[in-house]
Amino acid sequence: MTRSVPVRVHRDLARAITAIENGYASFGDTLATLPARENGKASFVVGVTGPPGAGKSTLVDRLIEKFRAGGETVAVIAVDPSSPFTHGAVLGDRVRMQRHSGDTGVFIRSMASRESGGGLAPTTHDATALAAHAGFDVILVETVGVGQVELEIVAVADVVAVVTVPALGDSVQTIKAGLTEIADLFVVNMADRPGASRTALDLKHMVRESGRDVAVLQTIASEGTGIDDVMVALTAARASESSNAGRAVRFEVVRNIRDAAVRRALAVLDAPRGRSVLERLRAGELTRLEAREELLVYALAEVINAD
Amino acid sequence: MPIKVLVAKPGLDGHDRGAKVIARALRDAGMEVIYTGLRQTPEMVVNASLQEDVDVIGLSILSGAHNAIVPRVMDLLKQNQMDDVLVLVGGIIPDQDIDALKKLGVAAIFQPGTAMDDIVKFIRANVKGAGVPL
Ligand code: B12
Ligand SMILES: Nc1nc2c(ncn2[C@@H]2O[C@H](COP(=O)(O)OP(=O)(O)OP(=O)(O)O)[C@@H](O)[C@H]2O)c(=O)[nH]1
Ligand SMILES: [Mg+2]
Repeated sequence: MTRSVPVRVHRDLARAITAIENGYASFGDTLATLPARENGKASFVVGVTGPPGAGKSTLVDRLIEKFRAGGETVAVIAVDPSSPFTHGAVLGDRVRMQRHSGDTGVFIRSMASRESGGGLAPTTHDATALAAHAGFDVILVETVGVGQVELEIVAVADVVAVVTVPALGDSVQTIKAGLTEIADLFVVNMADRPGASRTALDLKHMVRESGRDVAVLQTIASEGTGIDDVMVALTAARASESSNAGRAVRFEVVRNIRDAAVRRALAVLDAPRGRSVLERLRAGELTRLEAREELLVYALAEVINAD
Repeated sequence: MPIKVLVAKPGLDGHDRGAKVIARALRDAGMEVIYTGLRQTPEMVVNASLQEDVDVIGLSILSGAHNAIVPRVMDLLKQNQMDDVLVLVGGIIPDQDIDALKKLGVAAIFQPGTAMDDIVKFIRANVKGAGVPL
């Protein structure tokens, strides 16, 4: 039987995400406004990432269709970039998924990336957890069109699908090192375009060299071709014991260390000692290089000697 | 917090230039704009607005179908207890239809040639508490 979710829950979830997004309430308080899921089963979180315009949203639309056909409820969290200048955003991912808009088994929420640079919004992780709590069986998280360093999706998703398109020329340079490391599945979309098989082959070589077991599939998302293969790969990943948990935790630890280090370093720069270096730089008593070295020594000492 | 606006093209109307211009202008004014694309039914517009928890719904209608579409949207909003959302209509709306649309609860109607600045100012002045706390 195809499950659905009461409209009331859609509304509660929508408002809960706004509360988290805008910092009106803590995650815990917000969670308490949602009824707990009935079936006790954990949600399956699929990350869909890749370069701008690769067809991520179109693929997500197809995946919604397949998961719904399997009787499962689906929540989508789709992130698009905020303008760094005006902080405004046009969130267009939803356009590709609108045919599911009348289906109460599908919840779609757009998020602006706001000040975050990791390919997700600062609160995407929490929004995903809220959707899981609200009882959605599958949660599809689409990142902004990413390049090399936006890897936050690892901390959120159980399985990460990296969507790419046939590369111009004969290399896979478009797929940057970072993305390769986090992929549990490669999708070469727009396989109706020349070079798809070549790109897939190059990716397969790259995967083999890395020693990881990552499927490389071809799709034409706009026509729905190849989506069944993607579903097979996702289903296998879902069933496998080797979950993403270890990788996610590792990523979060690294991120927390980095954030803590940056916070401490900034505190040094703003302290009297740091300010005096900058004053001496301004007065011409220090060269830029000297000032930087001195600040680095202070900041690193602060970071390393931290409790 | 950024004001969230849903910009939709309901009905079979393919004139999307105005809707896209509005979406970009509101983004440039610092708002978060969800664009739903063409051929939206009133149900799709209201479902999307509910899930996105928007503060403002902007309907762009140039086909002449506003008298059929807008009442249905307003009705569905009421059914879903979303009366607090600010509803705007833009496009080809004859003067004689404006009063009736306003009576339905549409906050303002913007005809061709409206300056973007006026639209931005209107939204800022009339939006009801962007994302009210739980
Ligand atoms: C460009 C145009 C087209 C283009 C559309 C291209 C596109 N992708 O948008 C093309 C050539 C495809 C086209 C086709 C047709 N068109 Co035409 N088209 C126009 C035209 C000349 C300009 C529209 C436009 O883009 N204006 C520029 C934008 C920026 O202005 P705007 O949309 O009005 O938006 C402003 C305001 O209205 C308001 N606004 C609009 N939306 C929103 C939304 C929100 C939230 C807010 C706050 C404000 C707001 O703010 C904007 C800024 O001021 C108008 C005539 C006119 N002068 O309006 C006819 C017009 C709209 N078309 C018309 C017709 C009849 C047609 C066709 C049916 C013709 C035919 N027989 O085939 C087809 C139908 C196409 C379809 N599938 O729907 C008629 C509609 C008559 C009516 N409603 O009673 C018009 C009025 C021409 C006329 N005088 O007869 N058209
Ligand atoms: N030819 C072809 N076009 C496709 C295919 N899949 C998607 N498209 C088109 O590619 C364009 C971009 O698709 P989206 O799904 O919006 O891409 P995206 O990766 O979500 O884009 P961003 O979110 O902006 O990064 C749309 O016009 C799609 O219709 C495909 O397999 N072949
Ligand atoms: Mg997209």
